[in-house]
Amino acid sequence: MAYLVALRAIVLREALRFVSQRSRFLAALVRPLVWLVVFAAGFRAALGLSIIPPYQTYITYEVYIVPGLCGMIQLFNGMQSSLSLVYDQEMGSMRLLLTSPLPRWWLLFCKLLAGVAVSLLQVYVFLAIAAGFGITLPVWGYVFAFPVLILTGLMLGALGLLISSTIKQLENFAGVMNFVIFPMFFMSSALYPLWKMAESSPLLRDICAVNPFTHAVELLRFAMYGQLNITALIWVALAFICFMAASLYGYDPARGMGRKGPRP
Amino acid sequence: MSTLTLSNVTYRYGAKLALDDVSFSLEKGRFCALLGPNGAGKSTLFSLLTRLLVTREGSITVAGHDLARAPRAALAKIGVVFQQQTLDLDMTVMQNLRYFAALQGLSGKAAQRNIDAALDRLQMRERSGEKARSLNGGHRRRMEIARALIHAPQVLMLDEPTVGLDTASRQAITAHVHDLADSGLLVFWATHLVDEIRADDDVVVLNKGRVLAHDTAANIAGGGALIDAFIRMTATQQEPA
Repeated sequence: MAYLVALRAIVLREALRFVSQRSRFLAALVRPLVWLVVFAAGFRAALGLSIIPPYQTYITYEVYIVPGLCGMIQLFNGMQSSLSLVYDQEMGSMRLLLTSPLPRWWLLFCKLLAGVAVSLLQVYVFLAIAAGFGITLPVWGYVFAFPVLILTGLMLGALGLLISSTIKQLENFAGVMNFVIFPMFFMSSALYPLWKMAESSPLLRDICAVNPFTHAVELLRFAMYGQLNITALIWVALAFICFMAASLYGYDPARGMGRKGPRP
Repeated sequence: MSTLTLSNVTYRYGAKLALDDVSFSLEKGRFCALLGPNGAGKSTLFSLLTRLLVTREGSITVAGHDLARAPRAALAKIGVVFQQQTLDLDMTVMQNLRYFAALQGLSGKAAQRNIDAALDRLQMRERSGEKARSLNGGHRRRMEIARALIHAPQVLMLDEPTVGLDTASRQAITAHVHDLADSGLLVFWATHLVDEIRADDDVVVLNKGRVLAHDTAANIAGGGALIDAFIRMTATQQEPA
């Protein structure tokens, strides 16, 4: 019971903070919409897509990148949540959280779920606007995507958590954004299918194939068309377990939250 | 039985010794000041007491619960006010308090009752609807103390809580917290400001990670001023350059 009380409070607090930061909400929506409306429109002429699973007909490029952009929203959101964790550490509210008598793994998991809740909100608003532009999924796709988005959100959030446990200062974070978000996004199947990548560089394709973000996008893409991609599911679940375990290690009090010395 | 007991607590940051064989025990209903110059190890000790850090050397017991073996039971008996302010400035006083109550597993009427009682004790009830941002430094601190009391802890720990406050606020908060000790709480107050300590308060003098003295302020002062005794004590500890 106490677990759920804490969960609700942490999720509510995160949601409240998100809604009150209207500019963050707008930025989170504008980013994928620019990709969808501007980038995809220009790019569709350059890139021919053949029929690949899960699609059963020819699709336009806009349709192809929708799952990737949903993934991008969650990727940014995961990193943003971890940014707020670094901020919380500097400001002390992380201390408040960690001195709660509830177990630490649960508190951190609540933080993750709070981030996922915010990302779900963003993704569905994005999908609604995309539908307004005529880019739609099969009706059930919106439903099947839901559990998958929770899992992919957890995985990307756990990655953010892991990063926040190793970073002690906000300034370092900008670098990590560039070194994590962009490589993960571009070296994935979000913008182009892997076979297309293999045409130019087999090595690049192999890198993309081990990128957990690729599997998050593929899992989502298949779910949106009512199919389950088992390989992607295993990859995403394994990545989540690894990231979560590593971040729990990072936040282990016996390691002093990774601190090298007392704060100044 | 003592409310808070430390036995042979030692902590290292890598090779650097931050706390060296610290032992003392404190009783409920007392105001105990942890007095030490900057870098004495006060913050490290606080992190250990609140389990932000964990050490394998020595043990800490809170209200009969070993912090290493039963951390949840022990933490439930501790209320903490950190040196850094930890309020969410964009939430109201009440929202901040409810959030904290939930972290302690309290909700609904039980939480509300405790929140109201804590607000009354610190005379903050009428400010509960305001955004935390609109409170001045002294009131924010007062609210953090109220918050630390919501789950009815037996020990209230404060890490240099008056840093950055004006004299009037400092005095008001010091007086409030002394009253809390009189009502049966054990108050453990880290500071380097001697004027916050009264003659019959307990004092633990910490310097370079070691306990130099543990007695009442009057006994440590030895008829003189506490500040002189403190300076003398910590100065003789200085190693020759």
